[in-house]
Amino acid sequence: MPDSPATIPTNPADFAYDVEALRQDFPILDVRIGAKPLIYFDNAATTHKPQVVIDAIQRFYLLQNANIHRGVHYLSQQATDRYEAARGRIARFFNAASADEIVFVRGATEAINLVANTWGATNLREGDEILVTGMEHHANIVPWQLVARRTGAKLRVAPVTDDGEVDLDAYRALLGERTKLVAFVHVSNALGTVNPVDEMIGAAKAVGATVLLDGAQSAPHLPVDLQRLGCDFFVCSGHKIYGPTGIGILYGRMSVLESMPPWEGGGDMIQKVTFEETTFKAPPSRFEAGTPHISGAIALATAVDYLDRIGRERIAAHEEKIATYAVARLSTVDGLRIVGMPSKRAGAVSFTMDGVHPHDIGTILDSEGVAIRAGHHCTQPLMRRLGLSATARASFGLYNTTTEVDALVHALGHVRRLFS
Amino acid sequence: MSDLDDLYQNIILDHNRRPRNYGPMPDATHKADGHNPLCGDEVTVFLHIEGDTIEKVSFDGQGCAISKASASLMTLRLKGRSIEDAKRAISEVRALLSGTEQTAPDLESMGDLAALAGVRKFAVRVKCATLAWHTLEAALAGRRLVSTEEN
Repeated sequence: MPDSPATIPTNPADFAYDVEALRQDFPILDVRIGAKPLIYFDNAATTHKPQVVIDAIQRFYLLQNANIHRGVHYLSQQATDRYEAARGRIARFFNAASADEIVFVRGATEAINLVANTWGATNLREGDEILVTGMEHHANIVPWQLVARRTGAKLRVAPVTDDGEVDLDAYRALLGERTKLVAFVHVSNALGTVNPVDEMIGAAKAVGATVLLDGAQSAPHLPVDLQRLGCDFFVCSGHKIYGPTGIGILYGRMSVLESMPPWEGGGDMIQKVTFEETTFKAPPSRFEAGTPHISGAIALATAVDYLDRIGRERIAAHEEKIATYAVARLSTVDGLRIVGMPSKRAGAVSFTMDGVHPHDIGTILDSEGVAIRAGHHCTQPLMRRLGLSATARASFGLYNTTTEVDALVHALGHVRRLFS
Repeated sequence: MSDLDDLYQNIILDHNRRPRNYGPMPDATHKADGHNPLCGDEVTVFLHIEGDTIEKVSFDGQGCAISKASASLMTLRLKGRSIEDAKRAISEVRALLSGTEQTAPDLESMGDLAALAGVRKFAVRVKCATLAWHTLEAALAGRRLVSTEEN
């Protein structure tokens, strides 16, 4: 098993973005759906895995498997080193100030729940306000509702415009001395809107609020520099950035993490336990009880290596090209309406068709080998705001091509004909 | 016929375009709301029952062609029938959509409802077709709210 894919030169500046070569790194792209080649436009749900990531998982279980932080034997030490090196690699990927600011969790959802149940439960009081936006997915709404009910804090919502952007004036007006926490998506999973996070974080910090940035949809598409962004928390899922499922990260600014009580109790997060009292380790161990997803963390580090070798700016530029092309081509389809026309878009285009429910679009496209998502995208409040119950969404990854967009548009012609 | 043509038969497309007995019923004696949390589809089934007979039936809500056509076909099947007969129809449709040979009912006797048989090959769409029927069952039982995730 090679350590790096043959298609990627060591220096990203040395090659033009060769999507056909990159596609060779993803074995699943050879799968056929019935007689049709797979066209995968459901990357916002999960991305496919390059061979190097699959190899990293296999290599761990074949040759390196051991539990971490407790064994005195060789394999355990090696596994511990690899797991902690992965933490460091991921900290560098997001430019965190320290590896200890990266907590391994199952995914973005668990990360938000962790913050709500530790930071939220100890810092929120009756009368405090949690501010989210109208475009949040359920994972950035429900944990706050639950903690608000427990603490007496109030959930406030910054409205979304018809174009699918956060109404910045309304957002600023909702910020005040009662705002203790602001939590919002960097990129909308339902519409592809890129939020003006610099302004939003700046305004929230100006009133003294703690800020959680949900990067589940930005990490796959845009370079993220946490020290520059200045948020207190950042969450993302490994499986959306070409890594395994079941692993994700919570970034927390060290001063904030240190102030937080433990999350789950158990092995590996303690210093000393008696039946009377327990003292806890420093972050990030305090938040990682039990045996973590060791192979997942190691393979996630491989995934971010892979992305860095291609170059995140290059990936972003390629995907922008695909999305721009998709918007232009889809706009020509009879009866098709693109939902959300944000000034800045990444990764996804949502649409509806007159007289055809998105589920029916999804099924018919599937018969042509085209995988899209149809539904409410776990953003029911946003759908309600836009007067819809569901949309069809094509979301793009680093391996998608304009030819595939043409195939999507062609398949939509079948939908039109069947439902005319 | 391809699987897709089986799914979107003309009768399904027709009921999707022109759903029968569509809209709320102010004088309903029985009513239930059905909800599919996977996709957000919602349907409300209204019944006007006198004695043992379903005198009137209608549905309201939003959903895909399959769920709308299934609800529309359901209303045609139920009107003027007894509660017993409605319960029989529920179990027939359930058997039809579960897709096993042993339990599959006689398609001839099902009339237009047999058009739903095409859904069997699309496992992810079965819940679209059963939503209205789950909701009907709830309405008959006097329950007000039902979700596809309960069954």
